[in-house]
Order: sequence, then structure tokens, then C-alpha cells
Amino acid sequence: MNLPSASPEGAGTADSGQTWDLRLYVTDQSPNSVRAIQNLRRLCEEHLPGRYRIEVVDLRENPRLATDDQILAVPTVVRRLPEPVRKFVGDLSDTDRLLVGLQIRVPGRTAPGRRQT
Amino acid sequence: MDGTVTTGLTGPAAGPALAKAPTGIPGLDQITEGGLPRGRVSLVVGSAGAGKTLLGLQFLVAGIRQYGEPGVLVTFEEPADKVADDVRSLGFDLEGLQRDCLLAVLAFRVDPAEIIATGAFDLEPLFLLLDEAITRLGAGRVVMDTIEVLFGMFGDDSIVRAELNRLANWLGERGVTSIVTGERGGKSLTRHGIEEYVTDCVIVLDHRVHDDISTRRLRVVKYRGSAHGTNEFPFLISARGFVVLPITSIDLDYAAPRERISTGVDRLDHMLGGGVFRGSAVLVSGTGGTGKTSLGAHLVDAACARGERALLISYEESPPQILRDMRSIGIDLQPWVDSGLLRIWAARPSTFGLEAHLAVVAQLIEEQPPSVAVLDGVTGLARGGTGPEVTATVARKFDLLKSKGITVLATALDHGDETSMVSISSMVDTWLLLRNIETNGERNRLLFVLKSRGTAHSNQVREFVLTDRGVDLVDVYVGTAGMLTGSARLAQETAERDARIRRDDDRDRRRRELHGTITEHQAHLVALQDQLDAERAEVDRLDARESEQDAEAKGDRRAMAARRWTDTVPNEADRDADAKAVNAGGASGDGVSR
Repeated sequence: MNLPSASPEGAGTADSGQTWDLRLYVTDQSPNSVRAIQNLRRLCEEHLPGRYRIEVVDLRENPRLATDDQILAVPTVVRRLPEPVRKFVGDLSDTDRLLVGLQIRVPGRTAPGRRQT
Repeated sequence: MDGTVTTGLTGPAAGPALAKAPTGIPGLDQITEGGLPRGRVSLVVGSAGAGKTLLGLQFLVAGIRQYGEPGVLVTFEEPADKVADDVRSLGFDLEGLQRDCLLAVLAFRVDPAEIIATGAFDLEPLFLLLDEAITRLGAGRVVMDTIEVLFGMFGDDSIVRAELNRLANWLGERGVTSIVTGERGGKSLTRHGIEEYVTDCVIVLDHRVHDDISTRRLRVVKYRGSAHGTNEFPFLISARGFVVLPITSIDLDYAAPRERISTGVDRLDHMLGGGVFRGSAVLVSGTGGTGKTSLGAHLVDAACARGERALLISYEESPPQILRDMRSIGIDLQPWVDSGLLRIWAARPSTFGLEAHLAVVAQLIEEQPPSVAVLDGVTGLARGGTGPEVTATVARKFDLLKSKGITVLATALDHGDETSMVSISSMVDTWLLLRNIETNGERNRLLFVLKSRGTAHSNQVREFVLTDRGVDLVDVYVGTAGMLTGSARLAQETAERDARIRRDDDRDRRRRELHGTITEHQAHLVALQDQLDAERAEVDRLDARESEQDAEAKGDRRAMAARRWTDTVPNEADRDADAKAVNAGGASGDGVSR
């Protein structure tokens, strides 16, 4: 992966015109990293089709970005937009927390949404 | 590094002598007999504000400045510029060191509120950053302060635990000497039990407040494969950074010079067999107003007179007051102060904690190393702490000074009770006791030499007199009437002087009498000689008279014979007889007969 290996996978402004700008920090092809990339892409396709941008950053290629962006653990997803900035640490297997955290879904009325994944 | 890593932070297998990395922290290297285990991870535990960060930073800066080992600081507590600001006053220029590529600061500020845990993770970025920094600088030292903030941050602490264990092993493999800091925990040593992974060397910092005076202490809880001091050692954070003060008995290896130096009081020197040993400790204890400070002033005065530097630390009086009071007894210290030989420093005992007092002493002797130091009023320090702590502090002051070959005299107020000084007295080489005794309506001072190591010293009590030429020691009179001091002694001295004068007078008179008799006898002798001469002369005269008469008799005979016309002429026999008479009578009349 080149750096910064931006890989925009959708730039549409379908509903609200809001675009989710996400940056995923990984270290090469570790199992956690691979899983995180897969999970993030699937989720975005499901819930934010055309309204998201994912940039994957491999810290092994430029470790110093970790201090700049204050990344201690990988995989980490940083939601740069919409604000405020949020960080999601882990392989994103906890989909509920991710969806709530990304403000894709409001916590109270998301219970039925569970089965969507 | 051979990487014989097992579990935890054991690092490479050590040879017979464990290699150590000096921390550059005064005292700590002494306690640990050389520093932290080289190529391993040490844990520094303490509550907030205990000095963990400073210890770590000093370890890094000393590594850079003194041992040529660049370092990496990983901080989870504060931004890099804040850390740099905090230690700038200690003379640590972290920004400059970073510019010179001798130090890397990796600052992480992680806010749990903005992190959402979503599953499995690892701490690989930390490894990558450390690896990059260590390689770039050729770093030999790493400090992580404090890694425990990672607990509870990412959801699953078992992963954090495993990652920290991996990190510890990895640091060992890299061969860097590391310090990780940890918060003091309730049940376990650290809040999150990281001592389970860091097992080679554990140092605990403690910060207590007792009677409003804070005391910091350090203890090496564990040091695998190495001897170490296990006591709690006070430490302080001074203007020069972290200073650990090893208590006495860690090293009792001061040189013991045979040279003696004068106390400035001749008779006291004499009582002590020629003065006190250079580099020894002298305690002067006594009740109030017995002249303790004066003895101290004499010692510094004598040192300055020899051209040596002296330090006078007073816990009771201000420098001008000391100068004035000593001038009144004829000890003028002002010239020594002016010439820079004498430094007088005064501070109230309650001004700061005991450790700070100790630090001040350390700083003063470092700035201008004296050959003689006087600590006036050490018991006053009791107001700045409790009993055993005062003793320990005074002991460390003695230790500090003696270890630098400085002769130290401490004055202490006792309450007429020798036992109150026992705790300090064991640390001193010479103990002078001053006592006031009250007799005949006056108080007089007495001086005893209670002990003086390595010296045949006088067991005599001396009266201690403050004159306008300083301290003087005078014999006391011990007799059937008891011990005489002050005016009683003076009276005794007067009586003795009178008796001596009387004795002298008697002798003179007797001498004069004898001289008279001798003169008289000599006169007699002359008179007798005259008489003798006269009598001898008389005898001679009588003899002469006799010859004359004989001659006359012969002449008469001849005349008569002629007159009578005797036919016989006086024969030859008669002529011979005449000659004999002339010879015998000398000049007495022979001529007359011819």
C-alpha cells in the first residue's frame, strides 16, 4: 500500500449531502488489519452507499504518522468527518458500537438493525 | 544481543557481573551498586507527584550527557512541550537535545472519551515508533511514562496486558535499558499489576507529609541478580534534579586522615591530643548559653587563618548577628567573610523540610567546597520534623560532609541530659559537652571531652571562660571543698598567689640574714688574720732583739778584755759563734755589732 494510500470507494452525496471521511490505520497484512478493512468496507456499503471515503494508512511504511495522528493501537479508524473526530480501535467486529459511534444509527432505535449485518 | 529471552523482561542472559547502566542520579547509583540493569526494563512505581517522570528524565539526560547513550521518551501523560517546560528549570534542554538527535520524545495524549473499542487490536504502532526512534538515534535508553494509562482505554485489558508483556520482551531483545513507570496500586504494587512483567528491578517512590513537612523516600524493592540497599532512602527534588541521599552505613569508607587540625582553642587542642582529625565529626552539646557557637566560631576562624575555606550554617541566628556576637568575644569573622574564605548561611529550621535542608548543605559544599563546616543548632531542626527523622537527617549531613573530607562541627542544644544526644553521638568522632554549674550565686561553664575516637584525650574537666580574646580553658580546682570554678576558683587562685608571695618574702628574709652572718664572719676572719700577723711580727721582733743582745754581750766582752789588757785575744771559736748569731738573727742588729 502506498502512502498515503487513499482509496476513495464512494464519493456520492446521496441523502443529506454529508460525506463520511474515514481513515483506517493498519500495519501491513496482520489478521486484525485485514479483518478491519473488510468489516469497514462492508458496513459502509450497507449503510452509507456513495457517501463515504476510506483512506487506508499503513503505519509500517511511515511510523511517524502514528504520533502525528496519536495512534497507539491498530487497527484504528478515525472519523474525520462528520465532526467531532472519533477513533474506533479494534478489528471493527463489534458492529453495533461502530454504527452508533459513526452516528450512522441513533442508539435508541437501533435494536432491530442488529440483524442487518 | 543474543536474545535469550524467556518470560517477562528478563532480557539477555547476564554474565557473572550484571552489567549496569548508571542513572546519573546522585545516590541512586550508590544504592543500586552501579545503576539499573543494562539491557533490561526497570519499573518505577509511585503515586502522582512522587517524582517518577523526573527520575526517568534524569536517567535519559544523564545517559545522553554523561554516558553517550541517546534516549527515547514515550510519554502518555503530557504533551512534549509541557514535559520540556517542566524540566527546563532543572537545566534539561529537551528541545535542544531533540534538535541534536540525541533524544526523541513520543508524546501520546489519549482521551478515553474519543475512543470507541470495537474488537481485537494490537499495539504495533508503539513498537514501530520505538523501533524507528531507537534505530534513528542509536538509542540506548527508553523511558515510558506511564504506560498504565493504556489500561481501560481500548476495551479489552487482556490484550493490553499481553502487548505490554510483548513490549517488555521486545525492549530486552533490542538491548536498550528501559524504565517504565507505574501508578501505585492499592492491592498490588502497581494499579494494574505491571510488576508481573517487569521483574528485574523495581523501585518504589513514596511521598509522605508528616507535620506539614513533606518527605520523599525511595526504596529498591527488587533487583534481580544484584545486591542493593533495601532501606528507604530519602530523596529530594532539588534545583539540580533528583537527588537520593544514601543514609549512613551504606558506605563507611571515608579516608581517615591522620592530620589534626586546630580547634582554634590551644588548650582544647591539647586536651584532644593536638586537635581534631581532619575530616572527623565533632559534636558540641550543651544547655543554652554555654558557648557552643563560640567554639564553632573558633574552628572556622582557625581554618580561615590557615587559608582554608570554611562554611558556617546557622539554624538559629542571622549572619550579621553571628558576626556581631563573635566580635564581642574577640573573634572577628568579618575579614574572612570579606575575603570569601568564610561563607555564613542561615535558615530557620522550619523554612523547609529536612530533605531540603540537606539539599542546601549539599549544594553549598558543592558550590564552594570548604575544609571545615559548622552546623550551628542542629537540634533546632527538630522543629522541621520528628525526632528519628532529625537524627537521620543530621546523620546524613555528617555523612555527606565526612565523605568529602570536610571536618564538621555541629552544635546541639541538650537539656542537661546526655542521653538526649545519644542518637547523634554515635555518629560523631569527638563529643564535647558543655555544662553550666551554679555555685555561690553564679553560673560557670565547664567543658568535658566525653569521647574522642582515635585519640588519647584528657579526662579532665576544664572551666570554659569567654574572654574578650575568645574562649579560654582554665583548670578547675578539685579538692576537699569540691570543685571550684568562677570566683571561687579566682579566690583560690588569689589565696595561692598570696601564699606564694609570703613564701617568697620569707625566703628573701632568710637569705638576707644569712648574707649578714657571712659578712660578719668574713670581718671576723680579717680581724683574726690581722692579729695573727701582728703576733707573728712580735715573735720576729723578739727573736731579733735576742740576737742583738747576744752581739752586744760579745762586743762588751771584747771591750772589757781590751780594757783589762787581757793577753788572750778572742779565739777562732768565738768568731764562729758571732757569725752564727748574725745568721740566725737576720737583719736584727748584726750590722750594729760589725
